[in-house]
Amino acid sequence: MDKIWVLAEQHDGVPVGVVLELLTAARGFGNVIEVVTWGPSSVSAVTALGQYGAAKVYDVGDIGESLPGPKVAAAMAARISGGDGPDAILIGATHDGRDIAARLSVRLDLPVLTNVVGFDASEGGLTTEHTIFGGSMVLRAVFTGGAPGIFVIRTKSFAAEPVEAAEPPSPEVVAIDVPETGASDAARVVARHEEERSGPKLDEAAVVVSGGRGLGSPDNYALITELAQLLNGAPGASRAIVDAGWVPYAFQVGQTGKTVKPMVYIACGISGATQHMVGMKAAKNIIAINKDQEAPIFAIADLGVVGDVTKVIPRLIEAIKVRR
Amino acid sequence: MNVAVCVKQIPDTADPPALDPRDHTLVREGKLIMDDSDSYGVEMGLQLVEAGGGGEVSLVSMAPNGETTGLRNALAIGAARAILVSDPVLSGSDALGTAKVLAAAMRRLEPDLVLAGTESTDGYTGTTPVQVAELLGWPSVSFAKHIEISDGLLRVQRQTEAGYDEVTCPLPAVVTVTAGVVEPRYPSFKGIMAAKSKPVEEVTVAELGLDPSEVGSAGARQQVISVEAVEARKAGEIVVDQGDAHERVISFLQQLKIL
Repeated sequence: MDKIWVLAEQHDGVPVGVVLELLTAARGFGNVIEVVTWGPSSVSAVTALGQYGAAKVYDVGDIGESLPGPKVAAAMAARISGGDGPDAILIGATHDGRDIAARLSVRLDLPVLTNVVGFDASEGGLTTEHTIFGGSMVLRAVFTGGAPGIFVIRTKSFAAEPVEAAEPPSPEVVAIDVPETGASDAARVVARHEEERSGPKLDEAAVVVSGGRGLGSPDNYALITELAQLLNGAPGASRAIVDAGWVPYAFQVGQTGKTVKPMVYIACGISGATQHMVGMKAAKNIIAINKDQEAPIFAIADLGVVGDVTKVIPRLIEAIKVRR
Repeated sequence: MNVAVCVKQIPDTADPPALDPRDHTLVREGKLIMDDSDSYGVEMGLQLVEAGGGGEVSLVSMAPNGETTGLRNALAIGAARAILVSDPVLSGSDALGTAKVLAAAMRRLEPDLVLAGTESTDGYTGTTPVQVAELLGWPSVSFAKHIEISDGLLRVQRQTEAGYDEVTCPLPAVVTVTAGVVEPRYPSFKGIMAAKSKPVEEVTVAELGLDPSEVGSAGARQQVISVEAVEARKAGEIVVDQGDAHERVISFLQQLKIL
């Protein structure tokens, strides 16, 4: 492929993890890699984007209180209609990424190919690999429409590696205009709330300790937090207890939450719904603690403990403390 | 205020999903149920209409055959009626094709608000609702975990990776709701009986003014090469806790140099 665009979502000038993963993947099959970014601190991200292979940065600039979907998609579509378009557009499966992909797809009248976990350009064209049925099967497909192909890629599908060069390319920055978006851009962000978290980030931690319904009550989630802290890990959660309001969404591991690949994943009181396992089954080691011997999580666990989490975890915590 | 809720009828999740070996489309035979993740939109729609003091909740669904079993439960808990776009040409539709059909149905219904799940349980592409919004030229707010309406303005708490944003949005609009947004109610016996006489209007793709080449497998522009099972992780050691299982966990963590 000649030219690839990567959507470069960034916050406060720091590209989100999946952007660096996609830049690394794009270097494997694209000749020229360009990115599209936006936001008040977009310029601060330029150096980092260059280190991972971006040759040019299209900057939509500050979008104020708008949600990114309408403006960023409109700016990209206008650039593509102007004849400057790429052969493929790679977009990470974040909330904003999916909004932008959806609106761009309509503007270009091209499909979005989602749940991509791999690319193969060895036979000329671009073959994509998609997980289906909760990751139990992989579907390989080729896009048969006109360029560009719009691909939404699951996070953690590729390792992020910077360009091996003494002096990484310093990308050219090109400001791009946002055409009139009309009523579609009428939503406004009036306030932002961030959950307080300490310790390593959930999707970067070497150890993740997650809790589910088997904890019995919201108060018992403190056991998960304490065990995670003792192991210098991050606490996570199943969708069930996020939906029930026990912990914020930022803790959720799974299809609609974070994808994690820690050294050890400890699933506590989690039965193993398909949507959860999609987000954690690439962990190097899995320990599961659950009362129900039939729980699906035991089918993928390297060590399974059949027992009550509210009894096993306190003993585990005590034993670790004694060792210190 | 009138609310339209996008409802997907999917194969019973208790049955293993399957692909048609000829064209690699999802097999949608047998009994269909309403996707669980759509029940939150239906409930949210009912609550907003009740709080707004008027209007009704309509369901919009799409199926290659005239399947309606997955709509009955939503009608039984209070939705007033349904539009079912039913046409053999819809088989193999991708997200954009589906969005074109749903957007055409919305033009016919003219709701003030469209609600949908964030993604379906069977296909989970998660792009269709926002594609509907763009086709209609409407604003959208995805991943809503709380919704209120006052003076014709939506106030939405939108999940973000770090927490949530407070977003305001004028109507008409499309909002996708997460599973935790409300607790769906159960149908009453009276509701189940009443659902039998509620109108379910069946329309074809042509009746919506769409060209068949835009929908179904003709519009999907993706050729499937192969479908293979992923090599499954194998189950390891199982320990039944007799009061000492934590010791095995400790030694496992020691082997990995975590402790």
